[in-house]
Amino acid sequence: MTEQPVLAVEGLRKTFGDHAAVDDVSFAVPPGGSLAIVGESGSGKTTTARMLVGLERPSAGRVLVDGADRTAPPRGRTARLARARAIQMVFQDPYLSLDPRVTVADAVEEPLRLHFDLDPAARRARRDELLDRVGLGEREAAALPRRLSGGQRQRVALARALAVEPRALVLDEATSALDVSIQAQIVELLRDLRASLGVAYVFVSHDLSLVRHVADDLLVLRRGRTVEAGRAAAVLDGPRHPYTRLLLDSVPRPGWDPARIAADRRALD
Amino acid sequence: MTAVPFQKRALLRRLHGGDALQTAALIVLVLVVLVAVLAPWIAPYDPNGLDLSAALGGASGDHLLGTDESGRDVLSRLVYGARSGLLGPLVVVAVSTALGALVGVAAAWCGGLVDAVLSRAMDLVFALPGLLLAIVLVAVFGPGLTAPTVAMSIAYVPYVGRLVRNVAVQETTRPYIQSYRVQGWSGWTICLRHLVPNIAPLVLAQSAMNFGYALMDLAALSFLGFGVQPPAADWGAMINNGANALLQGAALPALAPGAAIVVAVVAFGIVGEGVADRVAKREA
Repeated sequence: MTEQPVLAVEGLRKTFGDHAAVDDVSFAVPPGGSLAIVGESGSGKTTTARMLVGLERPSAGRVLVDGADRTAPPRGRTARLARARAIQMVFQDPYLSLDPRVTVADAVEEPLRLHFDLDPAARRARRDELLDRVGLGEREAAALPRRLSGGQRQRVALARALAVEPRALVLDEATSALDVSIQAQIVELLRDLRASLGVAYVFVSHDLSLVRHVADDLLVLRRGRTVEAGRAAAVLDGPRHPYTRLLLDSVPRPGWDPARIAADRRALD
Repeated sequence: MTAVPFQKRALLRRLHGGDALQTAALIVLVLVVLVAVLAPWIAPYDPNGLDLSAALGGASGDHLLGTDESGRDVLSRLVYGARSGLLGPLVVVAVSTALGALVGVAAAWCGGLVDAVLSRAMDLVFALPGLLLAIVLVAVFGPGLTAPTVAMSIAYVPYVGRLVRNVAVQETTRPYIQSYRVQGWSGWTICLRHLVPNIAPLVLAQSAMNFGYALMDLAALSFLGFGVQPPAADWGAMINNGANALLQGAALPALAPGAAIVVAVVAFGIVGEGVADRVAKREA
């Protein structure tokens, strides 16, 4: 990895009162790369994701996008738009992340209007192209979010994020609110998009079984601290930290023993 | 396209279901507004036409609601009274909703110190009795519709402002608002184009109820002699005026405007709660 990472995080820390939600987390994502951040609830993975897109301000540390520091809030319209074009985010719950009053077509057109100087016809064409990319047609375009299924909504959220043509996309548990079969479709879609658009992913998840399919690199967080990091396949096949092993053991499969996992979990605390 | 059958269904449910009371209240409100607008064409007599020979006449074919102590037709005065009766609250609700929404959204969006200062300021106004403020303003500017309306407009700001602030605080933590921020929109645009329209139905419900309360407060002020001055027809002033007639055995000059106030206030309350219910159902 000699090229400059599209996204780099150095010594990131976020405290709420006395509690450190994220404590000294560092990582880098190369252009077109894919990093998964895993951990259970309260491990600080969502807070990390929110700091990446500027929804939370880090207490310490730096977030660098293409080498430019974006830790402090942006000043002025140009800086704000430049940041939006660098990183976009897809939220966990597609039932809450779309404006209930805005149709799918408008939801995708709005960011186009904000970021690009297109005439209406070109904007509509670009909108249809984006919706087509995520597998949505004219019928869905005219609908309000409440008429769509969870999977369809998440596709809308993806199209909306991609409309800005970001360098990196943060996916915060973007598939965990969906049914398993729909999850597989979205994961497939994410793989296609990454291959064709070269957009980098930061994939925040508690689901280790998913990580192998979407991520090159893996970062395991526990109580805000990095416990293990490396190539995804290497970490998943040979976990070194007991917490990573525990997370892997927790994935249900034949011979799965919830009682033993619970005992291991207590031993770790 | 797909929205049409949905609306039709909602309409049918509203007409046939348990919402009969709300439909009735809505019809009452529409009638009151029509009466106020069309007063010159509806009123059978000049509301200020004196006819001392017909003073304190009971209900009859000529005067459906009788006459007051000066022989003025009570029905005509009631019809004209709807005008000041609705105009005052309309101004109060428009001004207090606009200011309250501004203060509430600003407090919710900025948070921190701005929120603390604006919220304490609203508490301060809240603690100040509106009627007292009105009496002070009347003392300064003189009686009439203006001073009480201005006072009530200020007094009602915190009712709207607190609600807007609380709802907006909740709404700004929702991912759809945050996704607008991530998209790069300015705070102004997000608030005006997305936050306010999404909380508007709830604010509207509160405003409908406030309309009823403001109507009552303004009627109370003119009953006390601070509001619309005689001989202008006004429901509150009519009750005051009819109090003497009551002693002489004629109930209608006081009772009719009293009933009008009750009916209007209750109707606004029911409609307001109906809107609030529907918003809550949609959110669920």
